[in-house]
Amino acid sequence: MPILEHLWIIPLLPLLGATVNGLFGRTWPNKIVNSVAIGATGLSFLAALEAVREFFLLSPEQIPWVKQYFSWIETGNFRAGFDLQVDQLTVVMLLVVTGVGWLIHIYSTGYMAHEGGYYRFFAYLNLFMFFMLILVLAANYVLLFVGWEGVGLASYLLIGFYFLRKSAADAGKKAFIVNRIGDFGFMLGMFLLFRTFGTLDFVKLFDKATPLSAEAMGHLGTLTVACLLLFMGAAGKSAQIPLYVWLPDAMEGPTPVSALIHAATMVTAGVYVVARSHVLFMRAPTAMLVVAVVGCATALFAATIGLVQTDIKKVLAYSTVSQLGYMFLACGVGAFSAGIFHLMTHAFFKALLFLAAGSVIHAMGGEQNMLHMGGLSKKIKWTYVTMLTGTLAIAGIPPLAGFFSKDSILLNAYQSENGGPNVGHILYAAGLFTALLTSFYMFRLIFLTFFGKERYDEHHVHVHESPKSMLVPLAILAVLSIVGGWLAAPAFWGQPDYFAKFLEPVFAAPGGAEANTAEAVAHALEWPLAAVAFITALLGGFAAYWLYLKQPSKPDRLAKSFGGAYQTLLHKYYVDELYAATIVRPLMWLSTNVFWKAVDVSIIDGAVNGIAEGITVVGDGTRRTQSGNTRSYAVWVVVGAIVIVAVIFWPHVRPILGVAR
Amino acid sequence: MTAPLIIFFVLAALAVGGALSLIFQKHPIHSALSLIVVMVALAGLYLLLGAEFVAAVQIIVYGGAIMVLFVFVIMLLNAGIEEHTNISRIAGFPGLLLAFVLTGFIAATIARSTDTVQAAAQPGNMASTRDLSNMIFRDFVYPFELTSFLILVAVLGAIVLAQREKA
Amino acid sequence: MIPTNYYIVLSAILFGLGVLAFIFKRNIISIFMSIELMLNAVNLAFVAFSQAMHKLDGQVFVLFVIVVAAAEAAVGLAIIILTARNRQSLNVERVDLLKL
Repeated sequence: MPILEHLWIIPLLPLLGATVNGLFGRTWPNKIVNSVAIGATGLSFLAALEAVREFFLLSPEQIPWVKQYFSWIETGNFRAGFDLQVDQLTVVMLLVVTGVGWLIHIYSTGYMAHEGGYYRFFAYLNLFMFFMLILVLAANYVLLFVGWEGVGLASYLLIGFYFLRKSAADAGKKAFIVNRIGDFGFMLGMFLLFRTFGTLDFVKLFDKATPLSAEAMGHLGTLTVACLLLFMGAAGKSAQIPLYVWLPDAMEGPTPVSALIHAATMVTAGVYVVARSHVLFMRAPTAMLVVAVVGCATALFAATIGLVQTDIKKVLAYSTVSQLGYMFLACGVGAFSAGIFHLMTHAFFKALLFLAAGSVIHAMGGEQNMLHMGGLSKKIKWTYVTMLTGTLAIAGIPPLAGFFSKDSILLNAYQSENGGPNVGHILYAAGLFTALLTSFYMFRLIFLTFFGKERYDEHHVHVHESPKSMLVPLAILAVLSIVGGWLAAPAFWGQPDYFAKFLEPVFAAPGGAEANTAEAVAHALEWPLAAVAFITALLGGFAAYWLYLKQPSKPDRLAKSFGGAYQTLLHKYYVDELYAATIVRPLMWLSTNVFWKAVDVSIIDGAVNGIAEGITVVGDGTRRTQSGNTRSYAVWVVVGAIVIVAVIFWPHVRPILGVAR
Repeated sequence: MTAPLIIFFVLAALAVGGALSLIFQKHPIHSALSLIVVMVALAGLYLLLGAEFVAAVQIIVYGGAIMVLFVFVIMLLNAGIEEHTNISRIAGFPGLLLAFVLTGFIAATIARSTDTVQAAAQPGNMASTRDLSNMIFRDFVYPFELTSFLILVAVLGAIVLAQREKA
Repeated sequence: MIPTNYYIVLSAILFGLGVLAFIFKRNIISIFMSIELMLNAVNLAFVAFSQAMHKLDGQVFVLFVIVVAAAEAAVGLAIIILTARNRQSLNVERVDLLKL
């Protein structure tokens, strides 16, 4: 079992690639940087495949397979080591991360070919892969957190890749800071877990947690608080309300970055953590409800914003936020494998959509505003076909991948009884409406971009198809978007859902069938709900068709008649302004006036300068003894004599001083 | 009120009076003469204490040599009435206060120590000069030799210092 | 007879007066004389104690003090003569070359 013994190879290869490119790549030609980066990631992907193959040869008692490599922290009873583990969930994440990552690396060679800082880009990209692999392979929360922070760092570096542009630098900072707020919650959750269970290793911790009974709804017990804190971290990383604000701004980075980090991998880390901690979440119904409600609300919220955006990447960004909401909704109702399934299919079609959008932008010579596009379907055929595939997938048209994953989530949501008998129905309704909106804005994107009149100047923009290096990954991802959902398809015909079955050993609690209850859906509802979902998707598509193709002037008239609502949506509900006014500005005021002027200048500088001044004053005073005047020296002699007498005859002198007082 | 006591008080008054005179006289020669009065009074007190040799040495050396030296120097330098400068600020009132503080400390220390001070002085049967000289040349021979050497050095130093510069 | 206390107190008074003269006089020679006064006060204390304790050490010490005072007076007056020649004044406050 060579790879399973040496799991560290999988993350190490991208790290090597990053180091080599980072240190030496500055003077190398593009080809060599390419080879290093793609080679590292490709080899990592092959290693991951091999690891999966060996994994299938393991017997059930050996799962989860944990390898301890070295002790990182060891104090008292606590040990956090560089331990890597592999179980079914890890297999899914590993393949998604390395596979999609590799494809995006190949795509980037074409997209970034004419950009400056080529070696830097690939170094950062490989660095990101390293940290993400650490995150998914980690066997304890501490190492996971290392990966967690590391991907945040890589995200900051990559978002601000064009650092000479102020908006890009600001976006990078915003992403990092908002992430940090979530990380604060994550750390508190970790501390609480450590304090409660004494260990942060997954296997040990979950073994200790399993015998515990579920906490009552509304009761803020230890597990509930810990889960809520962990979810706070997940909300930051995976862009849920209220910490989603960084994701749209993150579109300042190059498009492959948006595809890899902000669609397929980094933002899914939050979902991964919640799924990994399912043992804890299943015993904290309050936390589950919060997760579900926040996820559902975010999905709806982001979808409404996406309706009116004009930048092609921003539409996809809000779409990502919305789809992540779906994944959290799934986890919140206990359908963890459905959430992970949607994570996987979403990685395929969202990466596809972003890469295709990048191809469009490349074809348009840098134009990102959809209102200045149009009629491109004939000119960039391959891009159009793959993007259409992605759109069909995300809208939930069968038999593409998105249909199965979304349907599974909605089915489980409908049947959820956590929090009350009708909560599940409300969540389902919201989710269904969001699906309608999703379909609408995605088709709107297609119609605005690829159909209709050309709204750009033909003489300035030379529309050309992208090179093969960009098109081939698009094609591969398109195929995956089509077939990726078929693992769950058999559920429709009474056969087991292969994907859920594969993940069953992870999510099935040994002590009971609580997880299975959520998985064991009444198949009677499958067909009707699936049909409803399909019709909803079609409705959305048709509405977009009618508004943007049949009556192109209608959207503008609608926007004017619903002026207030339109403006609110266009300005993203003014959330950024709200944050700026309520949080950022008071904080800046506090920092400037209190911490800078009062504490730093007055107190700290004042103390240091004050000591110096005090010494100067003392020196000034002491100077007077050296006046040069002999008579004053005489007096000082007398003073000295007094001191000596007092010191020598202290027992006799002391009572006098007491009397004098 | 025995005779020695009266004599003591008279001599004490003389000494204190001389000291006060030393302070308040404006011309240094007057201060010098006051000091001579103090010396003589002290010599009297030594006699009262039964230390004849010391009294004699006091008059001969202190009064006859040192004070004469002082007077010679005053006359040599033509010292006049002291000019009334007041440059040093600390020597005024604070100095006065400090002097009193010092005296007060010393006095208090004396007043509170109860060991041997209260013993009444016994006159008579004091040692003779012979015993004194025995003590000097036997027990204190080293300090004696050293002080002789010291005088020699002092004389040489005084001569060198006070020479008129060669042209 | 006469309690030793009295002698000691007298000695202390003379010493205090010497300190006062030391502080208040402006003529160098007067200051020097105040030093002699202080030494004399101490001598008185020595002799008084010597008599109180029936030991001769006090008187021997007095002799040494007188000798040292003599040597000091010689050298000190020589220096005063020099200073007076240099500064053309016997006012101690005029000897202020160390003043800033």
